[in-house]
Order: sequence, then structure tokens, then C-alpha cells
Amino acid sequence: MVPEHILLTEDEIKTLLEKYYITKGQLPKIKTSDPVCKEINAQAGDVVKVVRDSLIAGKALSYRLVIEG
Amino acid sequence: MAQMLCGAGFTLTKLKKASVEDLVEAGITSTNAKSILKKIGKPIETSKGEASPELIDSRLRGLHLPPSIIDELQRDLKTVKLTETQLDEILQMTVDAYERAKVEPCEAVGTVAAQSIGEPGTQMTMRTFHYAGVAEISITLGLPRLIEILDARKVPSTPMMTIRLKDEIKRDRDEARKLAWEIEATSLLDLGDLSIDLAEMQIIMDLNEKTLSQRSITSEEIAQRTRDNLEVDVRLDGLKLIIHPEQPSYRELLQLVEKIRSTALKGIEGIRRIVIRKEDEEYVLYTEGSALKKILHCDGIDPTRVKTNNITEIADVLGIEAARNSVISEAMDTLREQGLEVDVRHIMLAADMMTCGGELKQIGRHGIAGEKSSVLSRAAFEVTVSHLLDAAIHGEVDELSGVTENVIVGQPIRLGTGDVELVYRGG
Repeated sequence: MVPEHILLTEDEIKTLLEKYYITKGQLPKIKTSDPVCKEINAQAGDVVKVVRDSLIAGKALSYRLVIEG
Repeated sequence: MAQMLCGAGFTLTKLKKASVEDLVEAGITSTNAKSILKKIGKPIETSKGEASPELIDSRLRGLHLPPSIIDELQRDLKTVKLTETQLDEILQMTVDAYERAKVEPCEAVGTVAAQSIGEPGTQMTMRTFHYAGVAEISITLGLPRLIEILDARKVPSTPMMTIRLKDEIKRDRDEARKLAWEIEATSLLDLGDLSIDLAEMQIIMDLNEKTLSQRSITSEEIAQRTRDNLEVDVRLDGLKLIIHPEQPSYRELLQLVEKIRSTALKGIEGIRRIVIRKEDEEYVLYTEGSALKKILHCDGIDPTRVKTNNITEIADVLGIEAARNSVISEAMDTLREQGLEVDVRHIMLAADMMTCGGELKQIGRHGIAGEKSSVLSRAAFEVTVSHLLDAAIHGEVDELSGVTENVIVGQPIRLGTGDVELVYRGG
């Protein structure tokens, strides 16, 4: 039910944003109060990679920006 | 190209003997070389031999395709005999088909998703339809349930859980029943008959011996728990529980009865009823009411296979990504149950919109539609006057950047070809 969440390093965030030509704020969000964020100890401003089991593509990567809340 | 060939000293006879590699050496790309050889009737080079599994793997690794397609190719390609050229052709066709199936840039996916969910929605049962889906537990289905999911209601009208047991005990009927008694919220009323003695101003509870042994609880325990829970004077007389209210008044007495009715002696509050069903050689508990957090901490249940239809609860306990998955599966199940097939991608889009802010938002005026930056767009959706009035009071400015606004003022909308801006580079 809960897909895998992986914290990204600064470098990975940079390449991600360059690849899609976006800013951090344009990513979907996840709150620091989210149970998964507590589990992996994510702070506001971090970016997590979510490896979803997709019904269409098998595996699908998604990214969320951690925000205060 | 002919000139290039001539320049490299190729005559027709020479060309007929040449291989692709020879032509590549003469400065011609391999695809062109292949087509040239094909044109002069030379069979395409098969001497490079069969495509080995290693070759297939290495070719697949370089492709920009979703993992599910790669897996399928990997599985199917190895079952047939292929030459390398055939392999390349197959892969090229797959990539082409994949590219063709992709959504075009500037496509109005949201509108298409809304239509795709909305049209089957008109065919669903309109009335609040409860049906005994699983044994005697009634579940809201059809349109009311779909609305409930997309509205992100805090509590569904019929919360329900599906609990599966750990592998060791899942085939054991007695264990399943024991667990069920432990989980199910039990009030005093479930354990016997209650009568009010007005003359003595007391409540007499006649405990049922059989029920007690079934639920593995003794009368002493009950007396103690009642004392702790209600903070009243409880006396035990055999199987009779005599409860005195603090003040001997009629009102106090009735209030106490009400309290007894609502407090759980045992089990998890919120789980009102449990039905045990046998499914594929294992016993599954279906509950009326939902309390995910507490259930997950229970011994004997398999936490990875616990399900609830309360999506807000999932968002709180398991996080936003789990909630997204739950929105998708609940919506799909509701539609499928009515015999309607909607592509998951439409529902995934809706679920993404609902969860992209980090919390569950409804699709409606308190959620996504209410957060739009454009006044005209919000006013066009619901409660027009109040939106316009508020906007006027606050002096809001509409940038006319969205679709709805531009339809209202009669400008081309920024969709499809309308979203492409041409820039002329002078010089």
C-alpha cells in the first residue's frame, strides 16, 4: 500500500530539476507530518523520490517536495 | 548518395557483394546502407547470426520505455528465434507505437478525464444503494460512494475494514473467532439483559454465562471495568451486576443507562460488528466501522493486508502516497462493481490532483476548484455571486491565463495548438 520513499541528495535534486526544466515549488508536495516523512526523517525543503507500483508502467517514479505542515 | 557510392568506387557488381559494414566504411549511415542493399535485391545480412539473450538484454537497457513493456519484451523475445536485424526492427516498432500512444503536449487531459469519469457516472445507480456485499454488512456503493471518494469525506457513510490474519493462524477458525471477539467493541448490553429497578434506584444487569465464556471474560473483570469506566458503585451478586448511580435520582439513572450503552468494555472503539468469512482457505474478518491505527497494533493480524475504505484515515496513518493509491483502487472498485470500465489513468489524474498538495483535497469548491487563482474560473464553477463579490471587495486581478476565463471573455484558449507561441527570429 505504501510505496517506497527515498530521500534525494542535493546533486540528485539539481539534475532532476534540470531534466524537467522546473523549480522545486512545482513539484507535488508532502508534509513533514506525513507518517512516511517521520519515518525517513525528511525535513522541509528535501525532495523525496517515490517508487510507485504503477498499473500502467510497472514501476513509475514520482517526486515530492517536503513542506512544513 | 549515389555519388558517394560511385566516389567510393562501388559498381553494381561490387555493390552486390558488399556488406553493410563495407558501405558504412564508405561513409554511409547503417540505416541507409541497409535500404540501399534492400533496393538492389540483396537479402538483408543475416550472417551476423541470431540475437543472443545477452544482446536482447543490452539492447533493451538502452530504450526509453516503461518497465512493464521492457519486461514483456524481455520475456517474449527470448521465446522466439530472431536475427539481430529482426530484433532491431521489432524494437523500433515498439518504440514507435509507444511514442504514438503518448499524450500530445497541450492536450486537455483534465477535461478528458472528467468526461471519462462523468459519462459512466450517469449510468450508475442514483439512489443511496446499500447492498449486502459481504455477508450482512451493508456498504454504500454506486454514485454516492464515488461522490464520497472524490469529495474526500472525513468519514465515509459506511466505514468498513477487511482484516486478514497472519499466515500461521489464517486457517484456524477458532483463532479467527477469538481475534474477532477481541477486536469487536463490546458494551455491557451485549453481555446480558439490563433492567432498571426504580424502587431501589439501581440498574440490574443479568449476565449471560454462555456469552461470557464465548468472549472469554469473567464477571469479576466486567465489574472492575465498569467501575473504572463509569466511576460508579458496582456490586456483583453471582451473575448479577448491580449498579448504583452516584445520586439516586431518576434522571441520573437514565443517563447512566445511556452511558452503559455507549461505552466499550472490551475491544476497539469504532468497530461495531464483525463478520467472519472463509475465502480461499483462509478466514477473513469484515468489520463494520473502521479504526486502522488500533487494528494495525493488534496481535495476530497481518498488517500488510489490512484494508479500510476510510481514505482520510489512511492518509493520517500511512501517508499521502498510500491515500493516493487508496483513492485509485476505491474509485476503480466502485466503478467496476457497477460494470463500468474506466481507464485507470483518468482516475490516477484525479487522485494526483487530490493529493499533490500533501493532503487530501476534494474535487470541488472547497478543494481543487476553490483554489484556482482566477476569479472568473472560480465564479464559473459554483456560488458565482459570492466569488465575484469577494473579488470586487478585495480588488482581485484576473490574469486571464486559464481556459475558463478565456472562454468567458471570448479569447482563444491556451490548449492544444492554442498554447503554442511562435517566435520569429529576425535576420
